[in-house]
Amino acid sequence: MSDRPLANSQLGSLEYDPAPESAAIAKLKPSYGLFIDGQFSEAESDAQFATVNPANEEALSMVAQASALDVDRAVVSARRAYDKVWSKTTGAQRSKYLFRIARLIQERSRELAVVETLDNGKPIRESRDVDIPLAAAHFFYYAGWADKLDHAGFGVNPKPLGVAGQIIPWNFPLLMAAWKLAPALAAGNTCVLKPAETTPLSALVLAEILEQAELPPGVVNIVTGDGSTGAALVEHPDVDKIAFTGSTEVGRMIQQRTAASHKHLTLELGGKGANIVFDDAPIDEMIEGIIDGIFFNQGHVCCAGSRLLVQESVADEVLRRLVRRVEQLRVGDPLDKNTDVGAINSAAQLLRIRELTDFGESEGATRYTSSCELPQKGYWFAPTVFADVSQSHRIAREEIFGPVLSVLTFRTPEEAVAKANNTNYGLACGVWSEKGSRTLWVAERLRAGVIWANTYNRFDPTSPFGGMRESGFGREGGRHGLEAYLNV
Amino acid sequence: MVPTIESEAQLRALLTSLSGVDAVGAEARVAKLSTRSIKKSTKLAAIEMAISMVDLTTLEGADTPGRVTSLCTKAMRPDPRDLTVPSVAAVCVYPDLVAHARSVLGSSPVAVASVATSFPSGRASLQVKLMDVREALSAGADEIDMVIDRGAFLSGRIGQVFDEVVAVKEACGDAHLKVILETGELVTYDNVRRASWIAMLGGADFIKTSTGKVTVNATLPVALVMLEAVRDFAETAGPTVGVKVAGGIRTTKDAIRYLVLVNETVGSTWLTPNLFRFGASSLLNDLLMQRLKQQRGAYVRADEFSVD
Repeated sequence: MSDRPLANSQLGSLEYDPAPESAAIAKLKPSYGLFIDGQFSEAESDAQFATVNPANEEALSMVAQASALDVDRAVVSARRAYDKVWSKTTGAQRSKYLFRIARLIQERSRELAVVETLDNGKPIRESRDVDIPLAAAHFFYYAGWADKLDHAGFGVNPKPLGVAGQIIPWNFPLLMAAWKLAPALAAGNTCVLKPAETTPLSALVLAEILEQAELPPGVVNIVTGDGSTGAALVEHPDVDKIAFTGSTEVGRMIQQRTAASHKHLTLELGGKGANIVFDDAPIDEMIEGIIDGIFFNQGHVCCAGSRLLVQESVADEVLRRLVRRVEQLRVGDPLDKNTDVGAINSAAQLLRIRELTDFGESEGATRYTSSCELPQKGYWFAPTVFADVSQSHRIAREEIFGPVLSVLTFRTPEEAVAKANNTNYGLACGVWSEKGSRTLWVAERLRAGVIWANTYNRFDPTSPFGGMRESGFGREGGRHGLEAYLNV
Repeated sequence: MVPTIESEAQLRALLTSLSGVDAVGAEARVAKLSTRSIKKSTKLAAIEMAISMVDLTTLEGADTPGRVTSLCTKAMRPDPRDLTVPSVAAVCVYPDLVAHARSVLGSSPVAVASVATSFPSGRASLQVKLMDVREALSAGADEIDMVIDRGAFLSGRIGQVFDEVVAVKEACGDAHLKVILETGELVTYDNVRRASWIAMLGGADFIKTSTGKVTVNATLPVALVMLEAVRDFAETAGPTVGVKVAGGIRTTKDAIRYLVLVNETVGSTWLTPNLFRFGASSLLNDLLMQRLKQQRGAYVRADEFSVD
């Protein structure tokens, strides 16, 4: 292939008029309390904080800041519900509630999608087509397991753990709540869920849904707040299980604090996923896969394919097409149905992305940044690709958690595997090749919990997800996901 | 430069060097692009663009000169009440009706396209096919829609397919050649990509999805693969080849999805009737109806538009 430009053709020259989804659909309330024992209540201290729309920095709602006292109320309520109600229900009864929740998520999917986009900054296309449908799918899936635990491979009548404390991140707020709650409830646990500080709203709408589903009070409690709320939950003596999704740094802290206690622990932490591209890969679909791998959800994905390992013989061609495709991404108003890449979730995250990308440039990598226009207000970062990255660069080693791709090359399958594995993380990898035997050869040697072949960032409730090494332990999804909430 | 093909082995090597198509990925890409929300002025612009890209088609055994007259009149003035509506790109008829169409269209910018080469099956000797083409041309056709020999392609005689395209192109002279791949019979996307390249290497001005006469006609993923083929061909060999999607495209919604695909796969160069066409009949009325809906804010009844 030569390096001719695309015959003077401009991609996307047909301008699309704005097609925004209405923010009013979210029906946000001015303030939200804590969801404890089946009802909303203020925090003991009346403390509140604002949750902000990252696309324009405007406050959306005030949310209660739960203290250790509030967390205690929530755990006491969860314990009572466990002892008095939930541990005595049959699997079929639990399944009934989970089905109801799944149906109600579907019924209110449009509202939930807008809430998610407002609070998180992700494009409405993704919250509408990925986050919300998958969240419903998780409840449906585990609803099916609730009365079949005897057949899950853990022996007859496996027992729940008790009260589960669940701390979730801001990148997929509702979906992560579903990943945590659905298997825990199916297995017979009661829950105290702590949403992320910057994205509490969809979990609070979920609380309304739990009320609608007439889930017995206390079975699920939702406490909003900052890191101190999470810490109080981790340290509460009456919690039997902590499930955490978030940064490796915080995960490490949680493991230290739960060490030498009765608490069960699963961690789903960071990653630095490698997308490995061989010269025989289907090139057009592979380019789309790379784009999906890193720019999906602004790269705020723990399993993002943030490192591209491309075989040297096709590296120039892949890079040329990749840069052209990045230039074409539509960045802007997350509520616009035609937006591909939305806003960075917080000022803090934007700062970290900027710091690491600046470092990438100073380390000598070649930077391609989309020339897209960024909105004046809000937190924005233009999609960026770094070429000429070497294994020792910080941008090849540290999780950036933003729309930034580092491109490295390799010559042989052995070298690809060695480079892909040369990281402290081990969450996800992708392999692109038309040759099945090579894909399997590579996949067997990769140290990662999830390996995609000729695709990337595909999720399904039936498939277990989780990492190894500094990406954490325990699995979510599938039959394996039950194990994290059963005493087996 | 377009490589000169001197042997079937060389052609085969070239086709083998093309990247494969991952069916799941291609379909996922199309599904994603189909969610583009085209509203307001973009929608109006897209509708008018689509009208100008229509090859208004009638390919029935029961075709009559009267029907062709009606079709040609409509092609020149799709909406008689509103002369700002662009005329369509061409009318597409069987060779025996070319002369009649030509006489009705006169000096209007609407071209006469004729299917030829034993349309739709392509099952005839090369001499018969060439004669078919020459007759259509001498009757006044500006564009020839030929079919490839799918039997030859599927049994591996790709040299024969190539030679036929070359021979028909030569017979066409200045007339535009559209090569119909009949993708519904090629079945796999890899085959669509290879057949596209054979047609382009053979000198096609357009590659076209279907005859409209088999069960599976134009689909969005097939159009995607063909658009990628013309893009890659333009980048490596030079000439810009057009794409025509035909068969089963009946609604404005469908048409706009194809335009989005063009817009985001190959871009502005192809967003003209010179390089992108819809082979359709009932599509035109839906485009006209949706155009009025955009302007007036309400639907008019279907009988407001002539049935051709």
